[in-house]
Amino acid sequence: MNNVTGLNIARFILLLLAQVVICNHIDFFGYINPYIYIIFIFLFPIKEERLMLLLVSFLLGMFVDLFSDSGGVHAAAAVSLAYARPVLLKSSFGMLYEHQSIKFTTTDIGSLITYITLGTVIHHLILFSLEIFNISNILLILKKTLFSSIFTILLSLLLIILFSRNRK
Amino acid sequence: MQQIFNFVIRNKTFLLFSLLFSIALALTIQSHSYHRSKFINSANGLTGGVYGTMNSVDQYFNLKIKNDILAEENKRLREQLLNTNIATDSSFIDSTYSKGKYRITIADVYKNSYSLTNNYLTLNKGKNDSIKRDFGVMTSNGIIGIIDNTSKNYSTTLSILNSKSRINAKIKSTNHIGSLTWNGESPIYVQLEDVSQFAPVKVGDTIETGGESSIFPKGIGIGTITSFESDISGDTYTIQVKLFNDMTNIGAVYIVENLNRNEIRSLENNTNE
Repeated sequence: MNNVTGLNIARFILLLLAQVVICNHIDFFGYINPYIYIIFIFLFPIKEERLMLLLVSFLLGMFVDLFSDSGGVHAAAAVSLAYARPVLLKSSFGMLYEHQSIKFTTTDIGSLITYITLGTVIHHLILFSLEIFNISNILLILKKTLFSSIFTILLSLLLIILFSRNRK
Repeated sequence: MQQIFNFVIRNKTFLLFSLLFSIALALTIQSHSYHRSKFINSANGLTGGVYGTMNSVDQYFNLKIKNDILAEENKRLREQLLNTNIATDSSFIDSTYSKGKYRITIADVYKNSYSLTNNYLTLNKGKNDSIKRDFGVMTSNGIIGIIDNTSKNYSTTLSILNSKSRINAKIKSTNHIGSLTWNGESPIYVQLEDVSQFAPVKVGDTIETGGESSIFPKGIGIGTITSFESDISGDTYTIQVKLFNDMTNIGAVYIVENLNRNEIRSLENNTNE
C-alpha cells in the first residue's frame, strides 16, 4: 500500500515537471503540444476511492494552470477526465474492470489504446474549448484537439509501455 | 434531514465533481477578464523558482543568438550616438535621456508562451524592483506586452499575442491610429483594427506605438503591413501586421515605466468626471 502511494506521488511530481518544463514548450508546428500529465489520471490505482482521484486530478490540473497562466482550464479538463474514467474503463476493458483486476502493465495493448484514445480526446476537447472559449472558433478547437491528441496518445502509450516493461 | 444526508452520500462523487468543475470554470471565466485572478498565475515563488532553474540551463543554448541581437542593438545605438540628427529622431532612447520621462529596467524572460490563445510571459523582476501593473515591456526590436501581475521577485506580462491585449498603435508615416489585437492564429502576425478609411495604407509601411496610451512611449516599432482589408461596414481597415520581434524567441527585455503616468491618468480622470 505504502509502496503504491509513494509511486503515485513520485509519478505526480515527475509528470508535472515534465509537462511544465518540457512539453509546454515543444510547440510543434507552432501550436501542437502534448499534455502527458494525464497519464497520472489514466494509471491511478483503480481500487482507490473515486473522491480521492477527483481531488488529486483537480490539484494536478491546477498546478499545470499555475505554470502556464491559463486560469482553470487544465483543472476543469482533468477533473472531467477523472469523473469519466470509470465509464472509459468499463467500455474499453469490459469484464476485467467488473472484477477490479486490471493491471495496466500486463493488459493487452488493444484495450489500452482504446482507453487512452477515448480519455485523451475527451480531455483535450474540454481543454481547448475552455481555452479558446469562443464557439465561432469551433474549427480551431477541433484542429487543436485533433493534432494535440495524436501527439499525446503516441507519447502516453510510449511512456506507459516503456516504464511498465522496466518494472518487471 | 436523514434523506438529505442519504442524498449527499449517494451522490458524493457527482457533487464533488460539480464543485471542483465549477471552481475551475469560475477561474477560467475570471481569467478571460482583463486583469486576472491574483491566485492562479505564474508570478509566485514556486513557479518562479522552477522557471528560474530551467532558464539558467536554457540560456546557454541561445547565447549565440543573444550575442547577435546585442551586437545589432549596439550597432544601432552607436549609429544614433554618432549621427547629428538626434534631436529630430523621436525614438524612445532619446526621450529617455533628453527629458527623463521614462525609466527602463532590464529583465530576463523566465517563461514565454505563444501557442495558446491567451499568452503570458513570466519575468524575473517584481515589486522589489518597483515593477507595477501596466508598465510596458519591449525589446530592442519592438513591443512585447504589458505587465499584468507582480509578486515580490517575479511578474507576469500580458503578451501582445493575447486575445485580451489591446494596444494603441499608429501608421508611422501618418497619425492615423488603431488598436492592436491578436486573432489567436499565428505568432508572427497581429492585427491592427479600426484604422480610418481615410488613412493611406500601403503594404510594407511600418506600424509603431501611438502616443495615446500612457504605457509605451510614442514611436516604438511594432511591425510592417503585409495586407489589409475593409471591414464589413466599410468604414475602417483591418491591417495584418508582421511583427519585428520573433515572439517565439525572446531572451532579455526592457520594462518601461512612464514617470508621468500618474499625472496623465489623474488629469484624464478629472476631465472625464
